[in-house]
Amino acid sequence: MTTGLDLGTPATQAIRSDEDVVRVRQLVRTTAVAVRLSLVDQTKLVTAASELARNTLIYGGGGSAEVTTVADGRRRGVRIVFADQGPGIPDLDLALTDGYTTGGGLGLGLSGARRLVDDFDIKTAVGEGTAITITKWSR
Amino acid sequence: MALSAEQGGRLADLLSRHADRLSNRWIEIVAASLRGRLSRAELARQVQELHRALVDAGRQGLGELADEHGGELRAVLAELSTTRARQGFSATETAISVFAIKDALLELMEEEQGETTLRDFVAFSALVDQMGLFTFETFVRARESLIADQAEQLLELSTPVVKLWEGVVAVPLVGTLDSARAQVVMERLLQTLVDTGSPYAIIDITGVPAVDTQVAQHILKTVVAARLMGADCIISGIRPQIAQTIVALGIEFGDIATKASLADALRHVLRQTGVETTSRRARREA
Amino acid sequence: MERVPILKIGDILLVSIQVDMSDQTAIQLQEDLAERIVATGCHGVIIDITALDIVDSFVGRMLSTIASISKVLDAETVVVGMRPAVAITLVELGLSLNGIRTALNVERGMELIAATRADDGDVAFDDEDADPTATP
Repeated sequence: MTTGLDLGTPATQAIRSDEDVVRVRQLVRTTAVAVRLSLVDQTKLVTAASELARNTLIYGGGGSAEVTTVADGRRRGVRIVFADQGPGIPDLDLALTDGYTTGGGLGLGLSGARRLVDDFDIKTAVGEGTAITITKWSR
Repeated sequence: MALSAEQGGRLADLLSRHADRLSNRWIEIVAASLRGRLSRAELARQVQELHRALVDAGRQGLGELADEHGGELRAVLAELSTTRARQGFSATETAISVFAIKDALLELMEEEQGETTLRDFVAFSALVDQMGLFTFETFVRARESLIADQAEQLLELSTPVVKLWEGVVAVPLVGTLDSARAQVVMERLLQTLVDTGSPYAIIDITGVPAVDTQVAQHILKTVVAARLMGADCIISGIRPQIAQTIVALGIEFGDIATKASLADALRHVLRQTGVETTSRRARREA
Repeated sequence: MERVPILKIGDILLVSIQVDMSDQTAIQLQEDLAERIVATGCHGVIIDITALDIVDSFVGRMLSTIASISKVLDAETVVVGMRPAVAITLVELGLSLNGIRTALNVERGMELIAATRADDGDVAFDDEDADPTATP
């Protein structure tokens, strides 16, 4: 699911508050511009990051986002890992369904974010937390 | 078969001792194969650069081209084949520029027969073969990137967005639409809507021979995206075969306006802006 | 926390979002706007998102909510200036912004509001030349 070589040191942003979600967006945007993602791809990645950062805050009770530049042959990309030590997701299939929500949102966070990126990997354990890894590659 | 340290030294020695004679012979062979399509001065510069890199590498004890000492030599070879590829020379012509050194070397070594000569020549020859293969590989890579660049330029050229009327833009799509091109066209169309402030867009697919699910999805997504931005899209010029494909694939065009020709689509848009006015007048008068 | 300013231009409230909004700012805007609609008696709201480089599901929901609230308060909402990249992303995300009217720019948005009010037979608007489709 997750391939490619790490380039450079990852930048980590804690997600503890609303403002941190904004900071994650800005960090992701800067990195996406640096690896020259197209404007549409930048927008898709930042939007996905915004959804997942908010999920980390609301459902995971806070956590962190780790942003790394990756390379795979000629392609370059941005990889982000959202991690929290929250309650975890009991039914993953259900959580990935469009329109399903427990938090009063639109239920598009997880499923929508998955459509916006190239690689999407989720690891979750009830009572231990959730880690979601997403990657967007340059075209 | 790798060069030993002594062989590397002997090669460097041989090359620098007969530098002029060797490069002249080298240039001669290459020039014959290129038949005057590259100036002798330019050729001489390339050969001398290769010669120098080869001498340096030999002195440093190069065993194989892939060695750490081969870096400079590889860079020179890569530059040579990249320029040749861009200048339109064939792969064979480019490879000959490297292989020619074998002939030149053979002539020299025949004169200096010694007990190591045969062994040396086989080893040198193996190195030259590696150089030739490396040249060939970089040549192909350079060509590939050249083709990719051209494809991109073609993409730019083949996707015009034209203004048809005040507030109406159109994209006449011609040729096969693959996913990448569809995406470029659609992004450009949406940007033109913003730039020109046009609330109507016509996507004309008269010149498109076939539509697959992915392309149809791209068109549909564009129409929805345009709506989100506050503009309306009309699709015109759907051929009978494409209409059949669309239905067979089960693609829902929903409430998207489709018209037989570009003219019909333009008429539809003009009437829409016009009819609204007249109907409103009628209602108010009533 | 930053606050998004709300400008009153004639019968229209203009909200131009210029900052990268946190969720709190978005909720605050929703409340502020409802109060201003009632306080001013305006019948049109234009939300200019030209400067927004992303619209995620939270902001999308805020826009829908604002449109619904204004409707209840007898005001028409138009979202203007959505960037192409944002629109493409929203489609992919699966957000349809139901019930929200959109226009390419502020000018078109004003025309749209004027036309709608004229359709409703709002007499006050017949005198204004803001509506190009109205006949004198």
